[in-house]
Amino acid sequence: MTKFNYTAKDFKSAAEVRWCPGCGDYAIMNAVQKTMADMDIDHKDFAVISGIGCSSRFPYYMSTYGFHTIHGRATAIASGVKAANPDLTVWVITGDGDSLAIGGNHFIHLVRRNIDLNLILFNNKIYGLTKGQYSPTSDRGVITKTSPFGTIEDSFVPGQLVLGSRGTFFARSIDNNVKHTQEVLADAAQHKGTSVVEVLQNCVIFNDGIHDFVSDPKFRSERQIFLRKGQPMIFGEQEDKGLILENGRLKVVKIGENGITRDDILVHNPEEDNLGLQVALINMSLPEFPVAMGVIRSVEAPVYDQEMKKQIESVQAKRRVTCMDELLQSGNTWTVDGENCSEPVKFFNQKCFEN
Amino acid sequence: MKDAKVIELEEVAIRFSGDSGDGMQLTGTLFSDTSALLGNDISTFPDYPSEIRAPQGTVGGVSGFQVQFGKKKITTPGDLAHVLVAMNPAAIKANAAFMNPGGTIIFDVDSFSEKNFEKAQFKTNDPFAELKLEDYVKIPVPITSMTKESLKDLELDNKSVLRCKNMFALGLICWMFDRPLDYIEGFIQKKFGKKPVIAEANLKVLHDGYNYGMNIQQATPQYIVHPAPIEKGIYRNVNGNLATAWGFVAAAEKAGLDLFIGSYPITPATDVLQALAERKDLGVKSFQAEDEIAGICTTIGAAFAGHLAVTSTSGPGFALKSEALGLSVMAELPIVVVNVQRGGPSTGLPTKTEQSDLLQTLYGRNGESPLVVIAASTPSDCFYYAYLSAKIALERMVPVVLLTDGFLGNGSEPWRVPTMDELPPITPRKATNPELFKPYLRDPETLAREWAVPGMEGYEHRIGGLEKNAAGAVSHDPENHHINTEIRAAKVEKVADMIPELELDGEPEGDLLVVGWGGTYGHMISSVRVMQEAGKKVSLAHFNYIKPLPKNTAEVFSKFKKIVVCELNLGQFASYLRDKVPGLHYYQVNKMKGLPFSVHELVENFEKILEA
Repeated sequence: MTKFNYTAKDFKSAAEVRWCPGCGDYAIMNAVQKTMADMDIDHKDFAVISGIGCSSRFPYYMSTYGFHTIHGRATAIASGVKAANPDLTVWVITGDGDSLAIGGNHFIHLVRRNIDLNLILFNNKIYGLTKGQYSPTSDRGVITKTSPFGTIEDSFVPGQLVLGSRGTFFARSIDNNVKHTQEVLADAAQHKGTSVVEVLQNCVIFNDGIHDFVSDPKFRSERQIFLRKGQPMIFGEQEDKGLILENGRLKVVKIGENGITRDDILVHNPEEDNLGLQVALINMSLPEFPVAMGVIRSVEAPVYDQEMKKQIESVQAKRRVTCMDELLQSGNTWTVDGENCSEPVKFFNQKCFEN
Repeated sequence: MKDAKVIELEEVAIRFSGDSGDGMQLTGTLFSDTSALLGNDISTFPDYPSEIRAPQGTVGGVSGFQVQFGKKKITTPGDLAHVLVAMNPAAIKANAAFMNPGGTIIFDVDSFSEKNFEKAQFKTNDPFAELKLEDYVKIPVPITSMTKESLKDLELDNKSVLRCKNMFALGLICWMFDRPLDYIEGFIQKKFGKKPVIAEANLKVLHDGYNYGMNIQQATPQYIVHPAPIEKGIYRNVNGNLATAWGFVAAAEKAGLDLFIGSYPITPATDVLQALAERKDLGVKSFQAEDEIAGICTTIGAAFAGHLAVTSTSGPGFALKSEALGLSVMAELPIVVVNVQRGGPSTGLPTKTEQSDLLQTLYGRNGESPLVVIAASTPSDCFYYAYLSAKIALERMVPVVLLTDGFLGNGSEPWRVPTMDELPPITPRKATNPELFKPYLRDPETLAREWAVPGMEGYEHRIGGLEKNAAGAVSHDPENHHINTEIRAAKVEKVADMIPELELDGEPEGDLLVVGWGGTYGHMISSVRVMQEAGKKVSLAHFNYIKPLPKNTAEVFSKFKKIVVCELNLGQFASYLRDKVPGLHYYQVNKMKGLPFSVHELVENFEKILEA
């Protein structure tokens, strides 16, 4: 039995949602609202923080506490919110430009500190709000308004960046698969530490179809592999393909061919601290591999905001100074009480300060 | 009874100077603390290079610490030193210009070598003649060899032995000024508690230095400086950065809030972060951010979450924080930014003082972005102005910038510590009625909005950098933006209702009004008093409230024949005053040397302006 009986509707604000018709953001928001309702946490304890970009309008459409901040800084501001009040459930909404370009520094440090919040990275591989410039996740060679002859730079793979920053949780989903996105978000919400969920999101106007090859529901089971804890890494229409490790590298094999059985297939364990395998899963790309979906890594590590709280508590348990008056009179002090000394005057009286 | 020459002084300034690795800052600090404990009023000025260890023996690597102490109120570390302790020829060269005529120079004669003369770029082997210091009292002391001699029975490596040299100098100076050694002894025992041999070595050298003074007393003048008649109370020595940090702790306690500091290390402001990081006992949450931007952004986040949230920085870091500061203006969240100003532009003079961030603070953001600007004026009043900055931010829901500077931040003075009940109450504008709450609904008097923070039931709302209407919805309505722009400006101006009026030191009318602001106060008041004692009709208006200005500013200014604005920049406050209090002629005295004013140069300028 749940305590609050919330539905997704309880998390929708009265503000008119102004994303372009057909934008992938709608589906992601629905998934977030359903996830929040299912979390069974008091509505007043949610804070949704965003930066700048199309997706960053998100907080306005939520009925929770929300803060639409400045470009690239949502991660830093959310870090302050959570460090100040670890009892809050903090969600960061950000895009590939916001968190991996202008906010790259804050992003990696958030992940490194392992502050307990959930970050949804809307990856549409383009700057939408400024109308179509390439982003740090745009593929090499892509032609955009600022790369009329194609880009000459490689892109970030968000999951690599997360794991390279000692991330404890990384998951991936696609906007057109709301059910799976919700499943992944629920796991992210459960995780203690920074949970990064990369959602491949379609920008209908400036990068329409960028993820189509991966996301096409008709080929979903061939082109995506859904990784689940304790399950073998199997995919394909007939569930006949799987992943094995060969000479330290991932390899797609067909079950039943060359003596391969289901037992030979790798079993997914996101909770194991196995960076090499997890990075390899993150890196899988078509056509050689299916694209990995689901929770790829979810390991335990000390959580910054809890550590901060604990440290204060442990110092306070042994403290000698318990209030400001004691602090002011602690250490090297001396008393002046000579005959020719005057009576003390309060500073704020001296300065005629009106209370 | 000592039969040395005894000189009784009202006040005396001593400068300790040596290589940046010679421990001169510690020596100066220990001597200052000892003097303060003895009841002298003191003012200190550390002057050190930006390199941690600049090339040894060169003028660029000289690190100095000046302290002035006396039997009356001391407002400056002194223009010129009466006594210089120089550990090498470079130190003599670097400080020759800062010596009182006829002063005493105690120097390590062992350091007078060809090599060191060359490093300090002396042309001859007689630095005193080259610097025209013939008329000074020179006391050659074989500090290095005496220290080695003193420690020959302890099994110490040469490096550790040489590290004790500063204690010999300190012991000698303590004898000269009749200071007891007990405080210093206690410090050494505590500091080297885990290294008893080092503690023993330092103590031995300290005593040998003291005894050396006694033994050569014929050659050494001894000074007596009586304690100062000051306010009764409990005192401690405090520098501006510590006082700033503690002002915030006090404000949080008074306001019933937790204190958060998100900050990034930067000279000369780092001590503020360090001092607050130490205060876990009082529940302070300190967050060392990945950069200056994250410093202020975590602070904004903590303010959004309901904490008293502050960030500390210096000029270059303040520049990086500009955009986020604009967000706090727009979101109307209560944060305090401390800018411990240093020489600029760019990296500039990181360890030197300047007041050149004033216009950056007032105007350095995109859009019409007004905020409250306050400046502290002495090391100890940083406490009160930090406290007040927090009070204004929390009661008026407005970002406040507190300007201090390297001189205040690192300079120290004895401070009569207040009790918490001496401080005015702080009443954060926490929302009280969810039925009536709207994010940008304002108090009609102060124009401050209410503060509702995540976790408070029934107040869920969204804020952000986009322009909003009163209900908190994004609004691009032209009228709304125009009105809100005016409201944000008016809200800052309304703060003038809660700050005191401008008070003068001196008569309310006269021939010359000297105007200063912030960290120059000590030198300003000293120079104005010199003028007043000479019978000149000169008064001082020293500003702590920059934006808004005290309400009576124009009225006060109108009563003087001439006005001169003195500041450590090229005239930023003067240009602000020309805008805010127009129609007057403002003379200017400006200095851009990375150093405080000297009383002497101010007096000279005032006299010229009076004659003009």
